[in-house]
Amino acid sequence: MKQPGKLRQIDKTKRQRYLFAYGALIPIIAMYAILRIVPIAQNVLYSFFNSSIGNPMAEFVGFSNYKELFSDNLFAISIKNTTIFAVFVTFFGVVIALLVALMLAAPSKMSLLYETAFFLPVITPMVPVAVVWKWIYDPTYGLLNYILSWFGIEPIGWLIYPQTALLAIIIMSVWKIIGYNMIIFLVGIRDIPETYIEAAMIDGASRGQIFGKIILPLLRPIILLVTVITTINSYNVFTQVYIMTSGAQGAPGGAVRTLVFDIYENAFRYFKTGYAAAEAVMLLLIILVLTFLQFGLGGKEPKKRRHAAS
Amino acid sequence: MKMKKLSTLSIAKHLALIGGTVIMVLPFIWMLSTSFKPASEVLSWPPKFIPDTWTLENYATVFKTAPFVRFFLNSVALSVFSTICVLLTSTLAGYVFGKFSFPMKNLLFMMILATAMVPFETYMIPLYLRMVQFGWVNKFMGLVAPYLVMSYGIFFMRQNVHTTIPDELIDAARIDGLSEFGIYWRIVLPLLSGSANALAIFSFMQTWAAFIWPLIITSSRELWTMELGLGMFQYRFSVDLGPINAGSVLSILPVMIVFMILRKHIVKGITLTGMKA
Repeated sequence: MKQPGKLRQIDKTKRQRYLFAYGALIPIIAMYAILRIVPIAQNVLYSFFNSSIGNPMAEFVGFSNYKELFSDNLFAISIKNTTIFAVFVTFFGVVIALLVALMLAAPSKMSLLYETAFFLPVITPMVPVAVVWKWIYDPTYGLLNYILSWFGIEPIGWLIYPQTALLAIIIMSVWKIIGYNMIIFLVGIRDIPETYIEAAMIDGASRGQIFGKIILPLLRPIILLVTVITTINSYNVFTQVYIMTSGAQGAPGGAVRTLVFDIYENAFRYFKTGYAAAEAVMLLLIILVLTFLQFGLGGKEPKKRRHAAS
Repeated sequence: MKMKKLSTLSIAKHLALIGGTVIMVLPFIWMLSTSFKPASEVLSWPPKFIPDTWTLENYATVFKTAPFVRFFLNSVALSVFSTICVLLTSTLAGYVFGKFSFPMKNLLFMMILATAMVPFETYMIPLYLRMVQFGWVNKFMGLVAPYLVMSYGIFFMRQNVHTTIPDELIDAARIDGLSEFGIYWRIVLPLLSGSANALAIFSFMQTWAAFIWPLIITSSRELWTMELGLGMFQYRFSVDLGPINAGSVLSILPVMIVFMILRKHIVKGITLTGMKA
């Protein structure tokens, strides 16, 4: 008599658990399907089609969007600019951040002030910061040219010429991300047990040896992680390019053309959906290669980098 | 990590750090000082950091020329709404993935995690077309849609469920007759509140700074966010830098205030989201 009743009770609570789990997950999975998974798949699909108004799959064209892409001068320029941007921002963004983190490793009275200062650009949204830097780079009234004039350097039209504009955007972007990387390095450095360093000092190791033989190897996974995250984020550069170098209302033909900027223009200015989708697939491939590179090199699970537009 | 201080090295270090601090802070000071300069001083040469006469006219101009109050409210609505949704979906899914077993659990979780590796920019075109289909272009729902779920949030909350909520507690609640939803709402959610704070700040700041999606999905000023409005109006004010700097100050101010109050949480949140979880 008792046993079946108890079993039914267990069945009931089990059913309730399933009910809750699926009831909670189904709406979330549905949102994922609509907002992430289906669009990701559709983007690949659309890249094989030419669009007409209101129909992204008007005409199947196979790989012709990709062929066109590889003979497109603007795409070549975008890839080149974006890669230069990513390489320089990552290199300086990682090296400077590491140096700063090493200098701040031992907490002092001043370190909170320094940390806050370096962190300020990180928490500030990109648009106001880009607006201010645009003016700092102004050829006639800009702060930078004024400071350079102390050293007898003639005014430079920073954002007007493609090369200097790219350099200008790199400098500004490094300035913005140093604090983020620094904080991550700082956590890693402060996690290193003091005993390791004390032991090395007792053994008479020099500062250079302590850095090269203890700190650097222990930080290697973090350095790798930060490097990959910075590279991936750099490949998605858009906002500062849009604000600082595109003409009035983002007119075409800005001085610095990057991948996402090119995708944006093709998709939302010229309505070449399939073509822009093919470009987006190329961006995705670059990101995936970088992600798996990290898998392979570090053997660490890739963590989140960014969930949506910024 | 302590090292014996070599005084010259220490001095060099502090000089480098002070130099770095100046470079980090200078653009903000420049922005602030310009926003209080009268038009006649904005383009003065050599540039002045401290205005001869202080004025609020730039701020008045901003509010007269651009509906910045509207932009501000839009940004607040977008960030608050999306943050609430992210918190709900992340804690709920994190709890279910962390404490329940059911068919296809790992597959579903891996799928959610995998989408985190795909940058938004690579699927914004089909997402936009979907919004066209829903009739959500230039609507608040369209603006907020991509920010309703966050893979990282689900991952982060699942970890926290593992570390902070013992199975025994949930079992005890079940024996006490609490419903499954009651367990989530009365027991799990309060226990997750600490990590939920970190996630909330992160989500809020990320949505506040969003640019490319608002740029694509909105066509009328009524829906522009602070960031988009500022980005658009900088062209209008491009000859008149006082007001645009005033606008920049206004758009940074809320973030700065939040940062100053919640500095510890933010730094923790960012280091957590950056690597640890």
